[in-house]
Amino acid sequence: MNIIMADYYEQQDLADFANIGEYAPTLGEKYFAYYGEAMQDGVLTAREKSLIALAVATTQKCPYCIDAYTNQCLSLGVAPEEMMEAVHVGAAMTAGVVLAHSTQMRKIIKKKEM
Amino acid sequence: MNGQGKHPPFAERAAGPVLATGIEIFQINLGYRCNLECRHCHVAAGPERRELMSRKLMERCLDILRAHPISTIDITGGAPELHPHFPWFLEECAALGRRLLVRTNGVVLLEEGYGSFLDLYTRLRVEVVVSLPHVDPRITDRQRGEGVHARLIDALRKLNARGYGQPGSGLVLNLVHNPGGAYLPGLQGSLEARYRQVLRDKYGIGFNNLFCITNMPIGRYLAFLKRSGNYEDYMDALVRAFNPLALANVMCRTTLSVGWDGRLYDCDFNQMLGLTVNHGAPEHIERFDGKMLATRRVVTGNHCYGCTAGAGSSCQGEVAC
Repeated sequence: MNIIMADYYEQQDLADFANIGEYAPTLGEKYFAYYGEAMQDGVLTAREKSLIALAVATTQKCPYCIDAYTNQCLSLGVAPEEMMEAVHVGAAMTAGVVLAHSTQMRKIIKKKEM
Repeated sequence: MNGQGKHPPFAERAAGPVLATGIEIFQINLGYRCNLECRHCHVAAGPERRELMSRKLMERCLDILRAHPISTIDITGGAPELHPHFPWFLEECAALGRRLLVRTNGVVLLEEGYGSFLDLYTRLRVEVVVSLPHVDPRITDRQRGEGVHARLIDALRKLNARGYGQPGSGLVLNLVHNPGGAYLPGLQGSLEARYRQVLRDKYGIGFNNLFCITNMPIGRYLAFLKRSGNYEDYMDALVRAFNPLALANVMCRTTLSVGWDGRLYDCDFNQMLGLTVNHGAPEHIERFDGKMLATRRVVTGNHCYGCTAGAGSSCQGEVAC
């Protein structure tokens, strides 16, 4: 199992992200142009965007993104407490999303009950 | 992936020699004595260091500056203020009418007997560059010593009170950021906006520009990288972020660094590594040759990846904006 898992999520694969345009270079270029523009200072600062990205990275459980955006947040002077609060926003949202889906469950229960 | 030899040699990546294009900045290191012992200090300065530039060499520096139209005089250390001949030297430099800047640790200006430098800097209209690694006191104190952040805030307020960093005064106060760990600095514009906001809102402090400097993998910082198991990752990050545009603008192309003992270097970092200028250029100020030095080939090594990563890094901050 360990041998199989070693082929996934290798830290050095983060560096390969620059090559995701392989086999579809035009789409890759468009993606990177979009990505770059979405992440730069705009109405929101690059700092604020990095915190959003970190929350998304943890909720989506992407180790590459967690690595990249923890470093990016540090680089932009974000304090550990700010990062952890952002993660809690993601956690709270995720919990809310799960609980909101109980609506479906509760509706079914009520419909089925005699 | 592991092993020190895995990173491509800088010279290979640079694809050709790095050549100087002139001497625009004459950076003089007056010595390694300092009242602080910061963890990121690339020259390993501290209270125990005894290296100080002799008066004779200071005079030689002035002679060279008089004879050559070098536009910027950049004085650094250690803490330049701890050099006994510094006030005289600064007056002489100011009389040359060039852009004159002093890199101060800031807190020395609060020490007994050194407060007069605030007035001297103001009178001579010296550009003051102060290291403030972070607006978070914990990070600054971790790098520079317990209580340093609070003292720096005090020093910056005193500089502001004399007009430094205030609109319209013409008195320039620049700050220096460097990362407080094994990661690269963020974009200078973003960090500057953050510094401006926090320093204004929390302390009522103003400044002109923020220079973001990448920590070089040398000296105390290198020791930290190795001790903490971050060396390989840090070098990987530097190599990955290699930017040809930053290489085109690296400071060594226009800077000459003079060590406390008169030896000449392409930069302050080579000074720390003991790599004097080479490739035929004279390695000591006593044999100064403006023409040869202005077109010299720069001595490079893998630490140079530090200046070419991302938006680049120099004593004036980013180089590839």
